Amino acid sequence: MKKLLSIVAVSVFALSANAGTLDDVKNRGFLKCGVTTGLAGFAAPDDSGNWTGLDVDMCRAVAAAVFGDSSKVEFTTTTGKSRFPTLASGEIDMLARNTTWTLSRDVNLGFEFVGVNFYDGQGFMVPTSLGVSSATELDGATVCIQTGTTTELNLADFFRANNIGYEALPIETNDEARENLFAGRCDVFTTDASGLSSTRAQSDNPNKWVVLPEIISKEPLGPLVRHGDHQWGDVVRWSLNTMIIAEEFGLTQANVDDNMNSNIPEVLRILGVEGGYGEMLELSNDFAYNIIKQIGNYSESYERNVGPDTPLAIGRGLNALWTDGGILYAPPFR
Amino acid sequence: MSSENFQQSRTPPIATTGLLGWIRLNLFSSWFNSILTILVIYLLYQILVPFLNWSIFAADFTHNYLGQQIIDRTFCTRVMDPEIGGACWAIIFVRFYQFIYGFYPVEEVWRVNIVYSLLVIAVAPLLIEKFPLRKYFLYFTLIFPIIAYFLLAGGFGLAHVSTKDWGGLLVTLVLGFTGIALAFPLGIVLALGRRSNLPVISMVCTLFIEFIRGVPLITLLFFGMVMLPLFLPEGITLDGLVRCLIAVTLFQGAYMAEVIRGGLQAIPQGQYEAAQSVGLSYWQMNRKIILPQAIRITIPSIVNTSIGLFKDTTLVLIVGQLDLLGIGRAVLAAQTWMGLSIEVYVFVAVVFIIFTFSMSRYSLYLEKKLKTGINMGAD
Repeated sequence: MKKLLSIVAVSVFALSANAGTLDDVKNRGFLKCGVTTGLAGFAAPDDSGNWTGLDVDMCRAVAAAVFGDSSKVEFTTTTGKSRFPTLASGEIDMLARNTTWTLSRDVNLGFEFVGVNFYDGQGFMVPTSLGVSSATELDGATVCIQTGTTTELNLADFFRANNIGYEALPIETNDEARENLFAGRCDVFTTDASGLSSTRAQSDNPNKWVVLPEIISKEPLGPLVRHGDHQWGDVVRWSLNTMIIAEEFGLTQANVDDNMNSNIPEVLRILGVEGGYGEMLELSNDFAYNIIKQIGNYSESYERNVGPDTPLAIGRGLNALWTDGGILYAPPFR
Repeated sequence: MSSENFQQSRTPPIATTGLLGWIRLNLFSSWFNSILTILVIYLLYQILVPFLNWSIFAADFTHNYLGQQIIDRTFCTRVMDPEIGGACWAIIFVRFYQFIYGFYPVEEVWRVNIVYSLLVIAVAPLLIEKFPLRKYFLYFTLIFPIIAYFLLAGGFGLAHVSTKDWGGLLVTLVLGFTGIALAFPLGIVLALGRRSNLPVISMVCTLFIEFIRGVPLITLLFFGMVMLPLFLPEGITLDGLVRCLIAVTLFQGAYMAEVIRGGLQAIPQGQYEAAQSVGLSYWQMNRKIILPQAIRITIPSIVNTSIGLFKDTTLVLIVGQLDLLGIGRAVLAAQTWMGLSIEVYVFVAVVFIIFTFSMSRYSLYLEKKLKTGINMGAD
């Protein structure tokens, strides 16, 4: 059934791929972007009803690149189950919905992940009072774990590899896990690191909880488009890359205008002063300038939505630039 | 002993009259009932007092215990000091617009308000038999959906508002009322079809009803959301809300059909024969004799399934439509309001109770009225 679905899906968007998503988007006058129905830090409406978040910024960056106006986005809320069919059917142009890049999604479902905008991974959270500083010290602990997820399997693997024992307290949802943890019915809660941070932020006193340094799985989250429309894939990919490269060169919303006559050649290329890189993407040459001016670089978006100063308080970790000890790395702008 | 005078009639024992009598008769009539009463009072005390304290007396509405206006969760008394804080209703006040209208543009929101007001005018004559000029207002009820559509979606000079911007109570009401309104005629047609003498029609209707009733609403929603776009010709996409509406209407139509069929079967055979013997055609017979009676006796069941549908509309959250509950969850994802889930869920529950309770009260009122009608004979 799943296979049949994906075959149907593939044939449908194989047809629509020829139309050229970029041209469709330009003719329509706004971008259709799929986000979550609400996930702290990634996509959520603010008090005045504007969507904000790391994934939302990704959508807005693409809109800024195509139209020079980051507000020309229509957000479609999707759930874990509806996201892929919604993208496959052409109802949205791109999906930025904390989706883990896996082989089967990339290949079998017929999508193209254009990059990674957040490196997530499964981690552990314990009460500070437990006095534990590493997950390897958790011998005999009771762990709150969502059943039937890859999280459960990763946990078993990790504890087996380190030759330590644990007791699992199976639970169904994140809300349930939170209540169990706060009530002291389990010593450890394990899920994706961003989920841990959001659980921590919802406690009465976040300082009572500590997220351990071990990350035991790879969850690269990134924006994706339909397979086969490479021109459009390039536009989304280089919108993301632009934000990362801008951070490398220290270009921010505030200082981008002052850098228009910088003496660094790559900065001039990014800002469209030199070379015709925008035209190669069939965008205007100042597309990267528009992204930086309206959204900011990756760091600015990160700090605004999930960084240490937000209630989520997720450190940069893997999401730091490769020069700062992370693995964020974008190909050169040339 | 003989009595010479008539004895004065004494007042009844104080324990059998008035409030005390009522209490004795209803609450303490036997030792078992007495124990139950005391137990229930104790439980109510245990539940109600903390709840009232949490939801009203210790609660923050727009300002916290220091008198500061609450602009995010950190100002809530219960976040600042969990010992003394109750509910933090500020989240509802700050996000009230989103709960009621979703992301509808502020400058166009008067259109939604007009639709809400017109909805009352359109529904009232349906519900109240003695409504002044009812006949004319019923014509308005018929064209109301068209007016509402253009007001909400745009057209005739009004700016287009995408259904992606609709949300909250607006989506819940659109799904609920459109589902109920469209399912009613669909249900009548299906019910008549199922009882038809023509085998093909009867079979098709039976198959349709049994298939739709045999699957959960969530399956239909997934079908509309996931499969339907794949069957549509290339370049044609049906609006997400419209797809949900189709699924909800088909689902409710099948249930409505069975309710109405129950009514049709309750009409004595003599009524059919009498109608046919005076030479009425099939449609005349149904329109003038059968359906008015059948629908009358099934009204309580119709309201009942409608209440069920109204609550079922929350399932659209699973296919990504932000109805009242969906908006609640989106609001909770905002970092400024994280963790106040009890407040949001209580608010959503109260809104649903207001709607469903009014519906069930109305159904009760109808039941009483119809019973009187039958006792007094045909009107």
